Amino acid sequence: MSTADVASQASPPGQAVRGGVWLAAVRHWLRLLRSELGLVFGRKRNLALLAVLAAVPVLLGIVLKVSPLQPGNGGGNGGPAFLTQVTGNGVFLAFLTLVVESALALPLAVAVVSGDAIAGEANRGTLRYLLTVPAGRTRLLGIKFTATVVFCVAACLLVSAVAVALGAILFPVGPVTLLSGTAVPLAMGLLRLLLVALYLAAAMAALGSIGLAISTFTEHPLGAVAAILVITIASDVADTVSQLGAVHPYLPTHWWLSFDGLLRSPIAWPDLLHGLLSFGVYVVIFGSIAWARFTTADVTS
Amino acid sequence: MTRSPAARPGAGEDEISFGRTAGTAEDRAEPADSPPRPDAAATAVATIGLTKRFGAQLAVAGINLAVPQGSVYGFLGPNGSGKTTTIRMLLGLIQPTSGGQRLLGVSMPAGANAVLPRVGSLVEGPAFHPQLSGRANLARLDAADRTASPRTAAARIEAALDRVGLLAAAGKRYRAYSLGMKQRLAIAAGLLQPRELMILDEPTNGLDPQGTREVRALIREIAADGTTVFVSSHLLAEVEQICSHVGVMRAGELVFQGTLEELRGRGTPRILVRTGEPERAAQVLTRLGFSDVTVAGREVTAQLGGQAPETVCAELVHAGVPVAGLDTPRASLEDLFVELTGEGFDVNG
Repeated sequence: MSTADVASQASPPGQAVRGGVWLAAVRHWLRLLRSELGLVFGRKRNLALLAVLAAVPVLLGIVLKVSPLQPGNGGGNGGPAFLTQVTGNGVFLAFLTLVVESALALPLAVAVVSGDAIAGEANRGTLRYLLTVPAGRTRLLGIKFTATVVFCVAACLLVSAVAVALGAILFPVGPVTLLSGTAVPLAMGLLRLLLVALYLAAAMAALGSIGLAISTFTEHPLGAVAAILVITIASDVADTVSQLGAVHPYLPTHWWLSFDGLLRSPIAWPDLLHGLLSFGVYVVIFGSIAWARFTTADVTS
Repeated sequence: MTRSPAARPGAGEDEISFGRTAGTAEDRAEPADSPPRPDAAATAVATIGLTKRFGAQLAVAGINLAVPQGSVYGFLGPNGSGKTTTIRMLLGLIQPTSGGQRLLGVSMPAGANAVLPRVGSLVEGPAFHPQLSGRANLARLDAADRTASPRTAAARIEAALDRVGLLAAAGKRYRAYSLGMKQRLAIAAGLLQPRELMILDEPTNGLDPQGTREVRALIREIAADGTTVFVSSHLLAEVEQICSHVGVMRAGELVFQGTLEELRGRGTPRILVRTGEPERAAQVLTRLGFSDVTVAGREVTAQLGGQAPETVCAELVHAGVPVAGLDTPRASLEDLFVELTGEGFDVNG
């Protein structure tokens, strides 16, 4: 314990002063977060990733417009149940896009942003200057994770918004017929789409926490990105092997598509909550690993 | 049977040991204005037995640095002698294997949040985001500083850029900067706040003579403001020009520490005779009992073993040797440096 700690315990600051200190800490935290978001969303590479994510619904929409699938043609072999519904209701283009992109495009974007978070700064050498400012290691890690989460939410919302807009242009839009067969008004349908996008963003944030943890172990951002993608793909593969059924619920990707529970009436909560619990546990575990590593690591880059 | 606490092995060391350094104790909310310990107030940088081992390699072998406040301390040593590793430990970037360090009287790394805002640093060359402008890069670092007021940020950034002469290029992307500009931007980052200590690792590395001169002038200015400057270098001329104190590293050990005068005083005084008849002068010097008599062209040098140079002159004239000039050159800092560090290259050619 340092002398300063002893001093601050000996004469605790008054309640009002303490409140002011907290407020100042929050303000400074938000200032650094703004700077971090400026970096994440200012990088051409990240903007290109977002552009690719936004291009997928455009591509899907045009393909389905040109050669519509016949009912019973696409969804027969376990494919997305909404595939045939897109031509009937443009809103389903958004659901379809989220399903398609959750396979690789979204994980790739999240892998790039989270894998680069610490490793990229270490690689450029900017990490040592942030730490000698001092930004604070725990604080910096928190900022990096928050920025990753913001990116996940932004990506999922962007994709959904583009898909809905394009769906409205290319296809008729109206009351949304849910997977359970009942129809809800368009506004309710859009609200459910928002919830689906946020659920998927939570799934991506969990992946982002894995990425951030890996990022603290290396100075090579590409290595971190590759490792995250390998984990995603391995988890996907393991999830399809029925012999591994016992471990399926614990795989990081297992609950990603459980958002179809939001498209039933009534909403199928058990799977959704199970999924959110899984994401939360992943964030806690890998957040702890990242913290344990980053707060003790020698920064030699 | 009673056991006196004082008899415990290592009890004596405990009393003088610095704060334990295990764990970074990051983000411990220490007030930034915590007063430095009065007993340590005169020392800007103090280490006790600071040691770093990378695997089998001992990079820093238990050094005891003492950098007086207000000094310009040259941290000399050949490449690979442990200078940068020491600086990284001072700043809390890497954990010492053993030993401890204090910056401005505050134990590191436990007190990092309290003391580092008062310390500006340049570690192993500049590093910034290439896609951002110089100004934006400084804004990024300022945003990371909990003690920096956002209201004064713009003015402080402009002032720092102005101080290093980068105002005109502030809007240019960092990737378009020359090496000298990059180096100056890194120093500007250290000047965003008023600092009590600047730790500069090879600040003139890779600069052209013009850039070197500019950086040196800047260091003198910073020191003139009362800031303690701790500057590492492998260039002797640089240290000789700007430093008041010197520490010399060799293979991870601090082989000398003191003022520049003390370092100079370590050299054995010599006598140099310029003459048209060097052979005869050498004979006279040898006869007078001087050791290490060497002849180089029209110059004869020997170790001045406590004799007064005037008597040598008289003896030479008496022996009929024409004396064109007599000098008592001090050993060059370079010779002393080589002597201390045992550097492999032969400086006399």
